Amino acid sequence: MEVNAEARRILAVSISKLYASRSQRGGLRLHRSLLLSLVMRSARDIYHSSVPPAEPMDTSPEEPAELDLESGPQPDETSAELSLTARGGAHREEEGEPAEDKENQSPTRCSRKRRGKTSVAPHFLPSKRARLEPGEERHAALPPPPPVSCRIGPAESLTSLSLNRVIPLPGRGGPAWRSFVTRTHGGLARTRSDS
Amino acid sequence: ADIISTVEFNHTGELLATGDKGGRVVIFQQEIESMPQFRSEYNVYSTFQSHEPEFDYLKSLEIEEKINKIRWLPQKNAAQFLLSTNDKTIKLWKISERDRRPEGYNLKEEDGRYKDPNTITSLRVPVLIPMDLMVEASPRRVFANAHTYHINSISVNSDNETYLSADDLRINLWHLEITDRSFNIVDIKPANMEELTEVITAAEFHPHQCNTFVYSSSKGTIRLCDMRISALCDKHSKLFEEPEDPSNRSFFSEIISSISDVKFSHNGRYMMTRDYLSVKIWDLNMENRPVETYQVHEHLRSKLCSLYENDCIFDKFECCWNGNDSVVMTGSYNNFFRMFDRGQRRDVTLEASRENIKPMQVLKPRKVCVGGKRKKDEISVDSLDFNKKILHTAWHPQDNIIAVATTNNLYIFQDKVN
Repeated sequence: MEVNAEARRILAVSISKLYASRSQRGGLRLHRSLLLSLVMRSARDIYHSSVPPAEPMDTSPEEPAELDLESGPQPDETSAELSLTARGGAHREEEGEPAEDKENQSPTRCSRKRRGKTSVAPHFLPSKRARLEPGEERHAALPPPPPVSCRIGPAESLTSLSLNRVIPLPGRGGPAWRSFVTRTHGGLARTRSDS
Repeated sequence: ADIISTVEFNHTGELLATGDKGGRVVIFQQEIESMPQFRSEYNVYSTFQSHEPEFDYLKSLEIEEKINKIRWLPQKNAAQFLLSTNDKTIKLWKISERDRRPEGYNLKEEDGRYKDPNTITSLRVPVLIPMDLMVEASPRRVFANAHTYHINSISVNSDNETYLSADDLRINLWHLEITDRSFNIVDIKPANMEELTEVITAAEFHPHQCNTFVYSSSKGTIRLCDMRISALCDKHSKLFEEPEDPSNRSFFSEIISSISDVKFSHNGRYMMTRDYLSVKIWDLNMENRPVETYQVHEHLRSKLCSLYENDCIFDKFECCWNGNDSVVMTGSYNNFFRMFDRGQRRDVTLEASRENIKPMQVLKPRKVCVGGKRKKDEISVDSLDFNKKILHTAWHPQDNIIAVATTNNLYIFQDKVN
């Protein structure tokens, strides 16, 4: 069906835009992320209305849509959760819990996360997604690695704490400083107007 | 870094400020030649670096130095003041002229070296002598650390003491003299960010009523708030919303209904909103639909998918009124900009480009053709250059002089006809 193919294409484009916006200068733009998630939701609804609901892509676009909305000041968290949902169920069991225990998430998030349904990533998602997290793939396949010192890159030693990946900002020095960010600060920076 | 990100005339129209992506502000000053023909030119008056790139170590985020908005303060004394803002910090700049310098100090030589006090035998009073005009810009206030999200608007109140700044989820009220405190007057952040459905896209104070302001949302609604009702204006006094036309529904309906700019008319009776495809004029007394709607580039409606892919659908166009609120103007692609004459129900498309245009030449109206047959001088939709976009335009508060910013250049056009 044409509409179906169109919906899938739009979903693929949207997801690659979401990935691209993480490395944008100035941080994640809330408005843009919101609009992207709305488009993804529309596309997903159209896709579902034309395809039986047993499709494997059932949960994966929804989670980026929901989780991405929190992305304003917490780009690392979003990227972590996107990679989480896009991968298979095996990873989910291992890494779902640590990701969920991030201090910024409200308690209801645990119950809303649907896990284990997706065993195969949708075929239209950009394949380079897998290559972005070589560290995490290895982590799933091998037993927990021995403590690693000072390893820059998709640091496996960090994955058990959080799923921040090292994404070098274009033209602004190497990834070195980013690997020290294990968790974003609890809550948003307090400003006087908040109190 | 030379990409112009904001354009604004001051209240008399004598000065025109532009901000760019590199954090610089360039101010142009009008010089009027009455002979041989009434003509004004805008020449560079002052250039300064308003904002520098910053790094938020807590969130590991870079803060862009791009100037999002500039707003002038009404002039109170010899100096000019303007507010400029990037994503996080607002600064008040004082621009003053210096055309005299003191000469004849007792303790200093002319070149600044100190004299040996033993050589001084008499006292004199230093005098001010003329010098070449120097325009100095100095930051007088820095309003920082009040916004978690990216600032999209600032607006000076008609009381000339306060101003508002708006980010995606909150609006803060500041006093121009006080930098360490601001009051939050609108907060639409949901308790659970997963429930977020709309963000604030623009906000402005009413031009005469110092208690009234409006803010627009990504859902296409505008809320008018009265600060007298309560300290926190989360509950609106008026909600302006036009029901969606179901026949136009598409994947991208939500994106194109997001309002990118809102501007009150000079007389304070109307406001204008710009969404991706149209300009709407609202009567403040009627909330259920706009009184006028103008299609800016309807020929793009069938191209929304490609515009989504090349990111153009996220472009935020601004709009502006002319001095007597009879004409409104906004930008489009291919360096086209559009003017809509409300009274005469006419509209025109013009192009800001250096090709085929000599100074003082009258601009020729352009036309985009949608159908198969392309007439001479028309441009087909597919040959429009989407990299050449006019997002920022400004109209002189009194005269028919307009400033139009293409990506890297500023064009100033003047209307000859009286």
